[in-house]
Amino acid sequence: MDGLIPPLLNGTAQGALLLLAALGLSLTFGQMGVINMAHGEFLMAGAFIAYLTQQVISSSDLSIPVALPLAFLGAGLLGLLVEVSIIQWMYRRPLDTLLVTVGVSLILQQAALQIFPAQGVPVEKPGWLDGQLAVLGYDWPLRQVFTLVLAALCVAALAGWLKYSSFGRRIRATVQNRDLAETSGVPTRSIDRITFFVGSGLAGVAGVAASLIGGTNSQMGTQYIIPAFLVVVAGGIGQIKGTIIAAWVVGVAMAYFADWTTGSLAQVLAFVLVVVFLQFRPQGLFTVRTRGLT
Amino acid sequence: MLITSRGRVKTLLATGALAATTALILSGCGARAGDTVETTAPAAASCIDTTGDTIKLGFLNSLTGGMAISEKTVSNVLHMAADEINADGGILGKQIEYVQEDGATDWPTFAEKTEKLLTQDCVAAIFGGWTSSSRKAVKPVVEENNGLFFYPVQYEGLEASPNIYYTGATTNQQILPAMDFLASEGVKTLFLAGSDYVFPRTANAIIKLYAAELGIEIVGEEYVPLDKDDWTTQVAKIAEAKPDFVFNTINGSSNVGFIKAYYDAGLTPETTPIISVSIAEEEAPAMGHEVTGNYASWNYFQSLDTPDNATFIDAWKAYPGSSGVTSDPMEAAYISMYLYKALVEKAGSFEVDDVNAAAAEGGVTFDAPEGTVTLDGENHHISKPGHIGKINAENQFDIVWSSDGVIEPDPYLEEYDWFPADVRDALVTSAG
Amino acid sequence: MKNLKPWLPLIGIGVLALVLLAVAPSVLSMHWINNLGKYCCWAIAAVGIGLAWGRGGMLVMGQGVFFGLGAYSMAMHLTLESAGPDSLPIFMILYDPLAPLPAFWEPFRSDLFTLLAILLLPVIVASILGYALFKSRVKGAYFAILTQALAVALAVLISSTIRETGGDTGLSDFKYFFGFVLSDDGNKLMVYLIAAALLVVCLLVVWQLGRSRFGELLIATRDAEERVRFLGYDPANIKLVAFVVAAVMASIAGAMFVPIVGIITPQEIGASASILMIAGVALGGRASLFGPALGAMAIGWGQSSLGSSWPSGWIYILGLLFILVTLFLPMGLSSLVGKVTGLVWRPRATPTATTPAPEFTAPEFTEVKK
Repeated sequence: MDGLIPPLLNGTAQGALLLLAALGLSLTFGQMGVINMAHGEFLMAGAFIAYLTQQVISSSDLSIPVALPLAFLGAGLLGLLVEVSIIQWMYRRPLDTLLVTVGVSLILQQAALQIFPAQGVPVEKPGWLDGQLAVLGYDWPLRQVFTLVLAALCVAALAGWLKYSSFGRRIRATVQNRDLAETSGVPTRSIDRITFFVGSGLAGVAGVAASLIGGTNSQMGTQYIIPAFLVVVAGGIGQIKGTIIAAWVVGVAMAYFADWTTGSLAQVLAFVLVVVFLQFRPQGLFTVRTRGLT
Repeated sequence: MLITSRGRVKTLLATGALAATTALILSGCGARAGDTVETTAPAAASCIDTTGDTIKLGFLNSLTGGMAISEKTVSNVLHMAADEINADGGILGKQIEYVQEDGATDWPTFAEKTEKLLTQDCVAAIFGGWTSSSRKAVKPVVEENNGLFFYPVQYEGLEASPNIYYTGATTNQQILPAMDFLASEGVKTLFLAGSDYVFPRTANAIIKLYAAELGIEIVGEEYVPLDKDDWTTQVAKIAEAKPDFVFNTINGSSNVGFIKAYYDAGLTPETTPIISVSIAEEEAPAMGHEVTGNYASWNYFQSLDTPDNATFIDAWKAYPGSSGVTSDPMEAAYISMYLYKALVEKAGSFEVDDVNAAAAEGGVTFDAPEGTVTLDGENHHISKPGHIGKINAENQFDIVWSSDGVIEPDPYLEEYDWFPADVRDALVTSAG
Repeated sequence: MKNLKPWLPLIGIGVLALVLLAVAPSVLSMHWINNLGKYCCWAIAAVGIGLAWGRGGMLVMGQGVFFGLGAYSMAMHLTLESAGPDSLPIFMILYDPLAPLPAFWEPFRSDLFTLLAILLLPVIVASILGYALFKSRVKGAYFAILTQALAVALAVLISSTIRETGGDTGLSDFKYFFGFVLSDDGNKLMVYLIAAALLVVCLLVVWQLGRSRFGELLIATRDAEERVRFLGYDPANIKLVAFVVAAVMASIAGAMFVPIVGIITPQEIGASASILMIAGVALGGRASLFGPALGAMAIGWGQSSLGSSWPSGWIYILGLLFILVTLFLPMGLSSLVGKVTGLVWRPRATPTATTPAPEFTAPEFTEVKK
């Protein structure tokens, strides 16, 4: 019986990391229709920012909390740069955004390889994350709990921001009917920019979490990008709750598959599962009815 | 569907013409399997140019893509060794002129570049490669063109090509010493954790055989894809199995995730130490303090106290683009260049057949940073001492165990009777 | 003059055939012939992508799957042929010398079965996959991401099944090609000529499809799927045919890649390999006849030559190519040719392949139809 608990909890944490990586995508892809293949490299930027922060603030107890907003800002600005210089010209060509961002991702990876030590850099976890939390007879590593809490905070902040702030209202208005929003005086251009900034910034936050779990190097983004997209697609675009459920299901399913078979087969099965699921619900778990934008 | 009939006729005509052309081509040329031509075509006449006062050598490392993480350093060390040899008068009085190629972490590219180096640049030998895939891509090309390839990384053994020199460890020089060390520590239960590819799978197959011999019980075996960092689920299983030791054949950045998950689960080197075969001085810093106290099995450590090692470390630290630390694969790459120099000087020639003949005579040695190494003329591997290092707070290794002198290379594990003879025979036969 | 125009593509194909089959073998060294053969393989896959993506609007990001089907079919056959009758490939001996050859390997001993597998396996897989995806109206970015995920899944699967497939080290060291000794220069030339000839055939097929009623329906489906549906056609079937043809071409490309390059590993069918196949198509011009093939060859050549002299620079150039071409020449370099010749020829508004197509991607935010 207790053999069933660790995969559940670790899968939940894995799902939380996936959710962090997918949250930004659900904004940029879900709300704006931009297929940002460089999202994984924005995540990588966040991880490297965590490393750089630790070079300045040597106490990892402090540096990680400081790194979180810095990573958000840094990755967000990187995203903004890409948006202003490239993506803003292609909002009517979603598939083409995929191609340009593949180019951006290649360049960012190679740049990271040349700027930082090739083997990657260490990001020390704060001392207050040492230890485990006993849950249902399993010693759940605190680092896993941290990922979950961080994901929950980001979701809450994003949901609140979208729902209650004036920016959020304008974003939703723009998504639902861009032309009408524009006519009603919503500055859609700056809304696009802010949305992309926030979406990329969330990748940066995910990067900090990822740097605590795995290696921080030029290749780290590549392992998150496809699963993150699958999660957004399976969750249904334009709905955070779909993304949350999809991330959790994929994370837990992968953990159980890995428990029963091997890590490789788990990945294969999880991917195939999503593809098969989309046969039955091609629009994902939840869909939002939108108008215009066609 | 719905193709206009007029068009279909035209296409058919054109296709037919092409098919006819192809048939002509097919019948026109080439040796067939049944022909008397030997399967490995007669080696193309060597185009190595030895008339000038330089000699061309090729370096083939991934400078882009995922493996650049590891291979860039090897490339740098090769450059350093070549510069040293040049400053010292070159090989047979000829200055080394190197051609650096990028394998781009893409195995067909390794094959393509090998062919280019051998047939276009006419290099006398090629140095490089890292993954077994890259070596397997290079192997048929160097064999076909009768070139030389020096491979500097520890690998899964069970291979010996007349055109390849292996300066990294084979299994009996790294895996087996590690197992001997575990046995001497009184280890009874062992857990195997590896990346899901050929080296860990083969290494673990051998470990399981040897463990049975040593009376060590394997209590678990887990694999995760190379490019995946999250090991939490698998580490939970290790925590549950409570083995005496973990044998780690994970490679690349996935190692960082493994060490972190291991530390998080409350596992410590005091209770459940890890012994690794892919974590060296280069990799350890990326894991921070969480790897401290665990073990690694190598043939070279920066902390080795030999006169040649001190010189090597100083030279590397002063070299432009240096990472500041030295590691086993770097040292093996360094050896490969000097070994080639020794071979050529013994042969008195750059011709591949002469070099191989000099090797076959035996007795080619080099005073390497790890100690004096001797080339085995038959299997083209080198003798190496085995060391176990314990990772200290500076991410350097304190040597805690060493083999009794150097270990002779035995890629097919012929001296070990627990290794099934039928497997060995079958392998040797199919390798030709 | 007036009647010549529709035949220009055919003349182009003829010129290309002449260059690849007659001129190249007589002027290029064996090394470059081999490289050119490799580019031809990528070009074959690219021609298929051009059909599915450029004309059908389906961004196939997982052509590695079909490339892999063909490549592994061929590689399994060549491995068995090199191992000789009744013996196992080396890597299998290592894990269990006594276990028999896996059942799915056995038929690949046969020449005929291998050739059929190369042609029919992609048809079967693409039909099932395409039918399911197109019937449930998965398109646009969804389609792209799903196909890419499948390529990744297949690559991971092959990497982890080491005894069955050779794992990440792949299959290599082939000695014979249907009885011909592969190390023989004459035979290498022959293999190259087959690849080049197959490229020409694929171009002819796409040219013919483009002229046919089907070609027009395909473009119509790309530009206005709903309207095609209202006209009584089933867009799913139209897309399916293009998808299957593209899959077969990718499979043929993979099959020829193996004897030319001498190794196939899961990496050649994974995410980045699949994306690189797209790169050439985007560069050359997705909707044109020659664009994808020439673009793929240019990318291959760039990798061989620029990647050699300036490795990190090549990655930056490749990245910039993706960005600049998509930004400024969404229809690729061939649209530039179209514009230039347009100035000279001043053609009537005929639907030639080089005319930049209007923006076609199906919007993501269509109202959900229940």
